[in-house]
Formats: sequence, C-alpha cells, structure tokens
Amino acid sequence: MRIELEKRAGLSPMFSILSPLLALVLTLIFGAIMFWLMGKSPVGALHSFFIEPLLDVWSLHELAIKAAPLILIGAGLSICYRSNNWNIGAEGQFTIGAITGSIIPVMYPDWHSPLILPLMLTFGLLGGAAYAAIPALLKTRFNTNEILTSLMLVYIAQLYLDWLMRGPWRDPQGYNFPQTKAFQIEAVLPELLGSGRAHWGIVFALVAAVALWFMMRFLLKGFEVAVLGQSERAGRFAGFSARRMVWFSMLLSGGLAGLAGISEVSGSIGHLQPAISPGYGFTAIIVAFLGRLNPLGVIASGFVLALTYLGGEAAQLSIGISEKISRVFQGLLLFFVLSCDTLIHYRIRLMLSAAGTREAKG
Amino acid sequence: MTLSDAALAVPLLSVRGLTKLFGSFAACRDIDLEIAPGEIHALLGENGAGKSTLVKMLFGVLQPSDGQILWKGSPVRINSPGEARHLGIGMVFQHFSLFEALTVAENIALSLDPKVSLARISDEAASLSKAYGLPLDPKAHVADLSVGERQRIEIVRALLQNPNLIILDEPTSVLTPQEADRLFETLLQLRQEGKSVLYISHRLEEVRRICDRATVLRHGKVTGTCDPRHETPASLARMMVGSDVAQVHRDERSSVGNLALEVNDLSVPARTPFAVSLKNVSMQVRAGEILAIAGIAGNGQGELFDALSGEYPVATGDAILIRGKSVGRLGINDRRLLGAGFVPEERHGHAAVSAMPLSDNLLIARSQSDRRAFLGGGPLSIIRHRAVGSATRRICGAMDVRKSGEDPLAGSLSGGNLQKFIVGRELDRQPSVLVVNQPTWGVDAGAASRIRQALIDLAKTGSAIVVISQDLDEIFEVATTIAVISEGRLSQMYSAGALSLERIGLLMGGIHEKKSIPETAHAH
Repeated sequence: MRIELEKRAGLSPMFSILSPLLALVLTLIFGAIMFWLMGKSPVGALHSFFIEPLLDVWSLHELAIKAAPLILIGAGLSICYRSNNWNIGAEGQFTIGAITGSIIPVMYPDWHSPLILPLMLTFGLLGGAAYAAIPALLKTRFNTNEILTSLMLVYIAQLYLDWLMRGPWRDPQGYNFPQTKAFQIEAVLPELLGSGRAHWGIVFALVAAVALWFMMRFLLKGFEVAVLGQSERAGRFAGFSARRMVWFSMLLSGGLAGLAGISEVSGSIGHLQPAISPGYGFTAIIVAFLGRLNPLGVIASGFVLALTYLGGEAAQLSIGISEKISRVFQGLLLFFVLSCDTLIHYRIRLMLSAAGTREAKG
Repeated sequence: MTLSDAALAVPLLSVRGLTKLFGSFAACRDIDLEIAPGEIHALLGENGAGKSTLVKMLFGVLQPSDGQILWKGSPVRINSPGEARHLGIGMVFQHFSLFEALTVAENIALSLDPKVSLARISDEAASLSKAYGLPLDPKAHVADLSVGERQRIEIVRALLQNPNLIILDEPTSVLTPQEADRLFETLLQLRQEGKSVLYISHRLEEVRRICDRATVLRHGKVTGTCDPRHETPASLARMMVGSDVAQVHRDERSSVGNLALEVNDLSVPARTPFAVSLKNVSMQVRAGEILAIAGIAGNGQGELFDALSGEYPVATGDAILIRGKSVGRLGINDRRLLGAGFVPEERHGHAAVSAMPLSDNLLIARSQSDRRAFLGGGPLSIIRHRAVGSATRRICGAMDVRKSGEDPLAGSLSGGNLQKFIVGRELDRQPSVLVVNQPTWGVDAGAASRIRQALIDLAKTGSAIVVISQDLDEIFEVATTIAVISEGRLSQMYSAGALSLERIGLLMGGIHEKKSIPETAHAH
C-alpha cells in the first residue's frame, strides 16, 4: 500500500482563506496535548502563553517590538517567494544590516546630528541588500541554488558579528563584555508613544507591508513578480526578465531585512551585541507563508508569531517551562500551514497493493 | 531473414483491432500490426498520427479501449511497463530518464531488481556494451556523457533484461550521423540474434536503410504496410501524408504589398542538448501574404519561433528585419512596438498563465504595446484594470470565447476557447506582422476553423503572417506561400499552388533540394 497525492480539480476559495486559521487551531490543539503530556494544565498553559501577554500595556508594546522585524522581513520575503526566488537567509541580511547600520554610532560616537538616524537606516538597508546580492549574483551567474547559498551566508554573518563584538568593535570600557558602546542619543530610534518601549520600527514595517501590497495589487511591477513566479516562460513572452527578477526580489527582501536589523539594534537594544535576534529572519519565513505571501496577511501573521515569542517568555516565568517552547509552536504552525495548503490543493489517496503495481509512467 | 521466412513463424507480437479512445477522440483506431522474430519493423507517421499512443499501449503505459495484443501467439494484457519488461519488451524513450549525478551503473541499477549487486551490474553492462559495440564506462557520471552515450545507457538498460522486442522511439532524433550509424550496426546485430526491433521514425532514408517492414499510421489508422526497401521516399511520404487533403479554393489575392518580415541567413546554435540549431534560415514575407512553414515536430519550429519573437534575441541584428528595421538583437516587446504580434505553441505556461484570469493574460502580451491604454501613473506603471477588462471583453466577443463568469482563470477555459483568446488578443491590435506557432494544435474543429478564418482575414487587411504548422490541411487552407523546415534548415519558399503533397512529404522527411533533386522520387 502506498499514499498518493492527487490534484484536486477545483480550488475551494473558502478553504484557501480558512487554511491559515485552520492551521492556527491545529497548532493550539497540538500545543495543548504537548502541555498535557508535560504534566501542565493545557488550559492554564495556553492562557499564559497566548492570552496573558495581551493583557498588559507594556507587553503590547513588546508585541509591537517583536512584530516589527517579523513583518518587515516577512513582507519582503512574501514578494521574493511569489517571484519563485527562495531567500532563506534573511537572518544573515538582518545581521549584516545591523552591522552596517551601526557603523556611524560605533565609529563616530561623538558626532551629534539629526542626520545620524536616517544615515544609519539607509546603511542598514543597503547592507542587507548587498548581502542578499551575493546569492543573487551566484544564482544569475552560476545558476547556484539560492536556498543553499543564502542559508549558508547566515552563519558567516553571525560569526562575523561575533568576531566584531569580541575584537575590533568591543567597547574598551565595557568590562570585557562583547558589545559596543551604547549608541549616542541621536542614534537611537525614538519611542512611538509615551506609554512603552515600542519604537518606530513597527511603523516602518506597516508602511512597507502596505506599500508592497499596493505594488502587488496595482503596479506592473507586482504583475511582473506574479507572472514570473508562475511561469518563467510566460514571463519571457511578456518581455519580463527572470534574471532581473532574481536581483529585484533578493535586493528587496535583503534590504528590508537589513532595515529590520538596524531598527532592532537602534530601537530595542541601543548598542550592538553578538545576540541581536531570536531567529527573526527564520521566523519571518513562517510569517510570510502564514500570511499567504500577501503583504497584508503578513501584518496579521507577524503579530501572531510575535505572540509566540512573548508567550514563550511568559510561560517560562509563570509555569516554568523552557522558552524554547516558542520554537516548537512556530515549527508546529509552519507544519500545519504547509500541510493545510497541500491538502487544499491535493487529496490523499491510499493505493492498495493490487493497484499499486501499476506505474504511472514508464 | 526475409519476409517469407518471417511470415512462416508465429509472429512475436501481433496486434489486432487495437483502439484507444480519449473521450470521443480516437488516437488509435483498429490498428493491426505484426512483428516477426528477428525483424526490424518501422512505425511511420506524422506527428499526431498515433505512433506514441500505440507504443504506449504496447509498453503498458496506456490501456487499450478495444482490441487484442498477442505475444508469441497468446493473448496478453499489459498493465504496466513492469509487466511489459517481464514479457520481454524493452523500450528506449526519446527523452531519457537518467539521473545526471549518478554513474552509468547506478542508473542502470535503479531500473533493475534491487537485490542484484552494483558490481555485477557493472560487469554485465560492460560486457553487453562490448558485445553490441556500444562503448560505455559503467563508472562514468551521466552528467559528463554526450547525448549519444546517454542513449547507449538506455539501450544497455533495456538489453540487460534480455528482451525479445526492443521499441526505440525516434532514436536518431538526438544523435549525430556518426552516432546514428553506430546505432544501426547495433540494431542489425540484434536482428541477427533473432531479436525484434520496433523502430519509430519519420526519417524515411533511415527506415529504408535498416528496416525489413514498415507500418504506416495516419490519423490513428494504419494506411499501409510495406517493405520499405522496395519503396521510394516519395511513396512512403505519400502514405504518411495521405492524398485526401481537402482542396481549398482560395481567391487569388493580388494585393501583395511591401516586405514586412525578412529573415536573412539566420543561424542559431542549439541552447540545450534536445534543441535543434537553426541553419541559414532565410525567408521573406510581404504584407498580405501568409507564409506557412510545414515540418515534423522537433525540427526547429520552436527555435525559429523563439528567434522571430525575440524571446531569445539572436547575435546579428540584420538577420531579422521587421518592416525594414533590424530587430535581431531586440527583445520581444521592442518587436511588438514595431507592430509585430506572436502566438506561441504552448498555451499553458507560455502564451498564458493558467492560474491567472484572462484580463491578466491579456496584459502579458500587451503591457508594453498598449502601454498608453493599459498603464497609468507614469514611471509607477499603475495597471488600469478597467481598460484591460474592457479590452478583454472586446476580444472575447470578437472571437466568440465561451467562458464561465466575467473574467475566469485561463486554466478553466477549454483548449479551443483559450486559443481563440490568445490569437484574439493579437488580432485585436491589428499587427502588421503576426507569427503563429501551431495555431490550432489540440483545438476542436470549430475553434480551428474560426482561427484560420481570422488569419486569412487579417492577411486580407494587409498584414504579413507566418504560420508554423504540422497540419497540412491547415497549411493548404491558409497559406499563400509554403516552406518546409527540417533539421533546422528551411527550404526555399514555394507558391502554395505549386507544391505537391508528395514534394512536401519529401521535404519534411529531411531530403533537401540541395542534396537530391526530384529524380530521387523515381529512382527505384
């Protein structure tokens, strides 16, 4: 006996909308089972994981802080994936963006000017885009697989940051901690409201997501992304270049990841250190898919995934389980999103052994 | 072995009344075929004649709707390629199924019993390849091998199962002449050992050279069985092409205008191992003319279309002129802006994106040529969905595109209706040059005649049209001039009235006027 996937004739529009919600519900059910197996009360655990973080003003601010990089990166990735280019290395582009964006406050800590912040953000954006240009170049020139190259570049970026922090960029007055000096006040992304820590990063994220949605919905560029993503040959017939699309999508998603990196460092941390991200660049992949590769959907899914980070921290405090549990939830969520999507497109067929000998093709 | 000997023995394989229906369409109808032991049997026919369908039934890929297959005299049902191999039928497909990263021996092992050790397979493959003059290193990686060597792997793989009948699907279409000669020696050796070969080809010279008997298919039916050695290429071509092509009355159009499309000595190297290179192609099409390019599939039609459309621009600008301008190096949209329109062969994924609505599919072909109407916002290029939508409705109305809903997905339309839309979106802008590849391929009769009529009408209004087609009925229906493409070479252009079916068949079979003059037809 074997299992076959058979393409469904028609797509149910209702189910394609419901798919992410279905995935969420399944994730919650499996999460509850997991808590129960660990000997915790499933209801209590889920409550402290998913509800408690929404009850306080300060934690809503934290939610916005965590959602900002996820949305910013996820929106870029959703365009990239729609164009059939698979940038998996947003975490690396985030890291390089944080480094290039920090050049000014680290090298010129005594410069005071309102120009600092715009320059930092621009440098971060350019740094992330430049780092994404490496897999783009390798793909267009040598036909390498961008999934592998972009992923491998993540580790290079992280180790480079680590080396900078322990070597040339270490704060001499920092008691040997591997981190830079605190940024001067002009280099810190200001808080949005008086009531908490949330900074302008979330605004960048929302603006970018809406702008990209507008592009996909109304502009020829968005049409080009969609056509080339569906069929390179049809794209060529339309006069679009798949090669240029590799560059566009990689630079766009890399640039936004770099912007997310410097916003995070400048807005939430205030200095550069070896650990600047709890895996935002990878989680943003889930955000993009949960948002159905639609930038507006990414906004919603960005907040959902941000909640899993907060919930992990909250659950660690209140019921004493490892915050790594948030990774488990993120993994479950991606698994269910992809499997729900698959089952919307295909139906499962069990082939009994008698029919199983029949080969589909020779 | 001669025919009479073969007739005495029980045929190895005989097929009686084999029919395969796809819906109401009969890809094969009442096929009778007999293959004697130790015979090289040719299966001849144009593309779409039903050769592949027949062979797939023999190899168990498809199940016949009706009829009988007898193997060594007793009726059999072949439910899968595995069963076919078990009976003793081996097949070498036109396109290989090999893993490039694996070695020759590993690729062979994949199709065999998993219990057999790799070392033994290597040994056997090596000795077989030596015995049949198919030099092959079992340890070589497939990625490093030429197309001819890859084909040898497939042949050795088939031979390892010690088959009595080997089916070869267009084996020489990917080979150099030298490699083909080598293959023929192998086939003759197999015949000496009493094995039978079913040889599918449309290269008449080859068939006459090595085959003992030939069965000719046309439109899914057997039109004749013969000894190709006693036939001429012309008589074989006649059997393939048939003589029942409808004679269409065309009003003689005198209003032929200026040169609109000119191709001068265009040569394009093959992009992939399976592609055909174009060799010194020249043609001239005047306004009001329809040039039909006949030919059997895979002789460079797709490559010619790519070069004419500019999807793959060519190295020399002067090789292609549209309305007097050198466009060889220009891309497809620049050529569209000069007034050219293009209809590719493949509807899904080339001419149209199945998962997108018709209005988006209109934009695919016309985002630049109709920039003023369809795009706004200057450099932002905002799509005017309303203008695109109304143009879509206009095209659907003009071409009678039957669809469900206002703007359905392209993939939900039937082939004929989608093709009407794809042709219609070009006609809608009155192109002065239109290049169409297989305008009615896989399209129902109603849509086909509508499309042909539209092409004739467009030419009457002064457009120059190139129709690349395998359908001779279609060619005679629409063409004012005809040329034939074969192995990437284009014949000279003939006025449609001056070209006989026989001559077209000869040209399609790869016999060029340069090499052989009409006398060949009467030489035997």
